[in-house]
Parts: sequence; structure tokens; C-alpha cells
Amino acid sequence: MNLVTVSGPPSVGKTSVILKTIVSLKERKLKVGVVKFDCLFTDDDILYEKAGVMVQKGLSGGLCPDHYFVSNIEEVTQWGLDNKFDILISESAGLCNRCSPYIKDIKAVCVIDNLSGIGTPKKIGPMLKSADIVIITKGDIVSQAEREVFASRVHSVNPGATILHVNGLTGQGSFELSTLLYDKDEDITTLKGKTLRFSMPAALCSYCLGETRIGESYQMGNVRKIDLGKREI
Amino acid sequence: MGVLTVPDLRNKKIDTLLTDYPFAETFLVNNGIDPEKFRDSSMEDYFRQLDPEHMEDHAIDPDHLLTQFADFVNQMLSFLGEDNKIVESITILPGHDKSGNPENFTEFVIRKNEIVSIVGPTGSGKSRLLGDIEWAAQNDTPTGRSILINKKTPDKKWRYSSSEKLVAQLSQNMNFVMDLSVFEFLELHAESRMITDRETVIKRIIKEANNLAGEKFDPDTPITALSGGQSRALMIADTAILSRSPIILIDEIENAGIDRKKALKLLLAEEKIVLMATHDPVLALMGNRRIVIKNGGIDKVIETTEEEKEILSEIEELDRKVQNMREKLRNGEKLTSE
Ligand SMILES: Nc1nc2c(ncn2[C@@H]2O[C@H](COP(=O)(O)OP(=O)(O)OP(=O)(O)O)[C@@H](O)[C@H]2O)c(=O)[nH]1
Ligand SMILES: Nc1ncnc2c1ncn2[C@@H]1O[C@H](COP(=O)(O)OP(=O)(O)O)[C@@H](O)[C@H]1O
Ligand SMILES: [Mg+2]
Ligand SMILES: [Mg+2]
Ligand SMILES: [Zn+2]
Ligand SMILES: [Zn+2]
Repeated sequence: MNLVTVSGPPSVGKTSVILKTIVSLKERKLKVGVVKFDCLFTDDDILYEKAGVMVQKGLSGGLCPDHYFVSNIEEVTQWGLDNKFDILISESAGLCNRCSPYIKDIKAVCVIDNLSGIGTPKKIGPMLKSADIVIITKGDIVSQAEREVFASRVHSVNPGATILHVNGLTGQGSFELSTLLYDKDEDITTLKGKTLRFSMPAALCSYCLGETRIGESYQMGNVRKIDLGKREI
Repeated sequence: MGVLTVPDLRNKKIDTLLTDYPFAETFLVNNGIDPEKFRDSSMEDYFRQLDPEHMEDHAIDPDHLLTQFADFVNQMLSFLGEDNKIVESITILPGHDKSGNPENFTEFVIRKNEIVSIVGPTGSGKSRLLGDIEWAAQNDTPTGRSILINKKTPDKKWRYSSSEKLVAQLSQNMNFVMDLSVFEFLELHAESRMITDRETVIKRIIKEANNLAGEKFDPDTPITALSGGQSRALMIADTAILSRSPIILIDEIENAGIDRKKALKLLLAEEKIVLMATHDPVLALMGNRRIVIKNGGIDKVIETTEEEKEILSEIEELDRKVQNMREKLRNGEKLTSE
């Protein structure tokens, strides 16, 4: 199974882009599942279900959703393996600009939109700076010049990333994105032992204290567990 | 100047770096480093004076940042070292339609300074064709088409580089969202394109834009206060002159009080290839050729005939009349039937 983490500020178009991209992945006969991480509320699971995509959601409540993500991603990965997905996509709303859910050696996608203003790339922390792929949405609303200026700002904070423009409404660019997401030679069976790309401060749990290793044995303090329902195989 | 390495970056004075690579300032500023304050320091010195708590709060990882800095400088060096007028032609090699039938042509070559229009019903595959070109397809898209640039298999940079896109697109939307004056806006764009003589370029864009729009505007006008026609004119002039992309996609230039013929002329004068998906007869007939798409495939290519060119003159005459009436109404005049 491939795992891809997609992250980005609220309402930038993460779900729209993922849904359009899944269409192209399904055309290649790949089985796709999604898990959505958010804070208090999300309707995204309904959108995925409507599109016939298996989905789980986890709400972190008062915790930083990225902390909650890392406490649960191993379990979610096992859920994905149980369901024999070829590719599992996690969507998380990056609410705090300091944390980011990216894991070393796991493909990391950051979504931002052209409307957020040219100062934004500078403000977003590791979620943008350490992503492998940066997707810029809502290009239909701005001019070519604004798209170019915005993309160059993104490039200056993350020169190593592949930057793609995708339209969440029309799907323009989503086929191209789909070709970058799945790699048939990659096969993940567990995340145990893998580490985060950046530590997450703000003391709530072991990850707040700088822990980067994944797995139950490293989780201490205020850890909430995701409810994945009954495990069906 | 060869490739910049991380150890070089780490130890050279920032002042020296900025002399050698003036564009490095963009990187520093966007990563929260004030170049003025640290002129006499090296990056190593800069990291050393940072408070560990600040580094933690702002997620600063020195090695990661230095690697990215070196990437940025090296990409910029190769970007600046290349000639941007290198695209002489693009060639479309056939794929298949939605039912899998092969497309019925051997190759389709479009040269610079050429306008090609694309027609076909909604859902027929116009956008997919434009997408194939933008992505420089290599028999790896749903249509199976391949694209050549200057008759050769294109460099991967056209897919992945953020500064060198094959295609610039004129948006459907006619409004700007940034809150800047026309001058500031163009300056920002010129800066991101690494243009050195900004003043001259900006003046030229404003002159050309005013040439396209009915009502003139000046450099101090906020871009959000421009009328639809003025915004459109500015977008076109800016894309023609400042965008490095050799191909311009137009998804319909609306009838928003600009001279469409002049607009296309301006794009061609800048040695662009223009592709238009449109059903507007004035635009469709302005192309030298038009591609007809059916069921996902290129069904045929039609050369604009002499008769069609005559018809075009008639439509343009009508168009001018309508524009005139619009102008009169706008100025509070009465329409008369001369
Ligand atoms: N104009 C335009 N609108 C878009 C685009 N992509 C998404 N949208 C719209 O933006 C809104 C938010 O899109 P979502 O896909 O729900 O965004 P999200 O990032 O998943 O949002 P959260 O999960 O709630 O953080 C919706 O109304 C979309 O239709 C785009 O490329 N252009
Ligand atoms: N040759 C083809 N083979 C398979 N699918 C195609 C082909 N051409 C187009 N499509 C698909 O058909 C759909 C509609 O095409 P699109 O380009 O959006 O149409 P238009 O822009 O003309 O309205 C898209 O999902 C596109 O990927
Ligand atoms: Mg969403
Ligand atoms: Mg279309
Ligand atoms: Zn956080
Ligand atoms: Zn925590």
C-alpha cells in the first residue's frame, strides 16, 4: 500500500483536489481509501462516501489535529491494509502553522490557494516548507500574473518541491497530480519506527515533548485514539 | 560561477552571497532572515546567534534550510542562463479518441507567431488537449498523445519547474484580488520574473494595456478599481510581455470592452503560440487553423478559407457597430439609425 499525507489550511480545496485525483487513480484500477483528520467538525466524510470512496474520520477536539494525527496514523494505516487499499490518502486541516503531519519517506502534499495572499507562503511553517509536492488551487479566480507571483513565493520557501496548479472545481491538473502520487514499487506495512519530518512542540503528549517515533509504545500523556469502528477483513 | 554547494553557503558572508547571487535576497526575506541585519555574518553565524527556543517555535532546521538555499540559488542560475525564446514549434503526435480509435493524422505542428483555435462540444476533450500540451504528454495521458518541442522529446523541466511553465493561461475571471496599484502589481510580477530593467518594462505594459482598453488608466490606479475591460487589457499586456511561457491558452476572451484583434496581435508580436478554445466566430476565425475535437479525438484540422476571412471582416464590422453603440450608451447618448 502507498500512503500519501495531504495537508493544508482550512477550505483551500483539499477535498476537491483529492476527489478529482481519485477519479484518475480509479481509472488505473487502484483501490483508494481516505482518512480525514480535523478539529471539531467535518462533512468531508460525506463527500467522500458520496463519491464511493471508503473513508474514516477523526476529530481531535481541543488538541492540535497534527498531534492527534501522529497518535493515530499507525492504526489508520492498519485499517488501510486490512481493506487492501492500493493507496491511502490522509487529509488534514493544518490549523496551527507550527506543526505538520509529514513523515519521513512518506509522500507529503501541501495544498494552498491563490487567494490566501502573497504573504502566506512565508507564514506557513513546515507544512509548506517540507512538503514534496505543493498544489496551488483556485487559479481560476486570479490572473496569470498573480498565479506566477504566488508560485514564485512558494518556490522561494520550498525550492525542492514539485509545484502544480490544480483546479478543484474543473479538475484541471488533477490527472497530472495522480501520476505523482502512486508508485507501484512502494509498499508500506507499518509506520512503526518511522519519524516525523519535524518535531511538534506545545506540551500535550509525548509528541509535544519532541518525540518523533511512531507507535503505541512512544505515546504518553494525553493521547486520544481514533474510533475506526469494527475491524472488518 | 559553478554550482553552489552547502558548505560554501554555510561559511560565506551573506554580503558576498548577495553580491554573487543578488536574487538570493528573495530567499532570505521569504525565510524570515533580514539581509541588511546579517550582511557581515555567514549563515553559520546567523544560526549560531539564534535562540534555540526561537528555532523550535519557528521550526528552523539549519541543514534543511541550507539545502533549500543551495537548491534555490542553483535553480535560479540555470533559469537565468537560458534563453527564453527557445520554443520554435510544438508538435502533437496522434493518440486515440475516447473509444480507442486512433487519431487520423500523422503529426500536427504549431509554430511560434501562430494562432490555432480549438472547437468542439462541451465534454469533447478540448481541455484535455490543452492539458496534454501543458503537461508535454508522452503517451502517458488518457489520450495517448505525445508532444514534441522543437521536434524533440521535451525536457522534464516543463513539467516540474515552477518558473518555467510551457503554458500561461488567461483566466476566465476578470478581477484581480491583490490590493496594490497597477505599478506595484507589475513591479511584483517583474521581480518574480527576475527582470532587471523593471521601470521600462512596466511602462511598456501600461502603454500596451491602455492601447487595448477603451478608457485609459494610470500607474497609480489600484488594480481592484480597474473596470472589467481595463483589467482584461492589463492581464493580456502583462502576460504577453512579462510571462516567460511560450504558449498562451485562452479560454475565451470575453467581449469586455477590449480590442480583441489588437490583443491577439500583441501576443503574437511577443513571439507566442496562441491556442484558443472558443466558439466565438470572431475569435475562431482569427486562427490560421482550427482543430475540431470529437469524442476525445482530433477529428480534423480546418484551414481558415478565403471565404471565411471575408466573412470575418463582415462580423468584425458588425462587432465594431455593437461596440460603438455600447460606447454611446455608456456616454449617455441616444442611438440613431444612420
Ligand atoms: N474557484 C475555485 N473554487 C475551488 C477550487 N477548489 C476548491 N474550491 C472551492 O473551495 C471550497 C472549499 O473546498 P474544499 O475542497 O472543501 O476545501 P478543504 O481544503 O477540503 O476544506 P476543509 O477540509 O474544510 O479544510 C469549496 O466551495 C470548493 O468548491 C478551485 O480550484 N477554484
Ligand atoms: N481521448 C480521450 N480518451 C479518454 N478520455 C478522454 C479523451 N479526451 C478527453 N477525455 C476525457 O473526457 C472528459 C471531458 O473532456 P474535457 O477536455 O474536459 O472536454 P471539454 O473541455 O471539451 O469540455 C475529461 O474527463 C477528459 O479527461
Ligand atoms: Mg476537506
Ligand atoms: Mg473544457
Ligand atoms: Zn500544532
Ligand atoms: Zn501532542
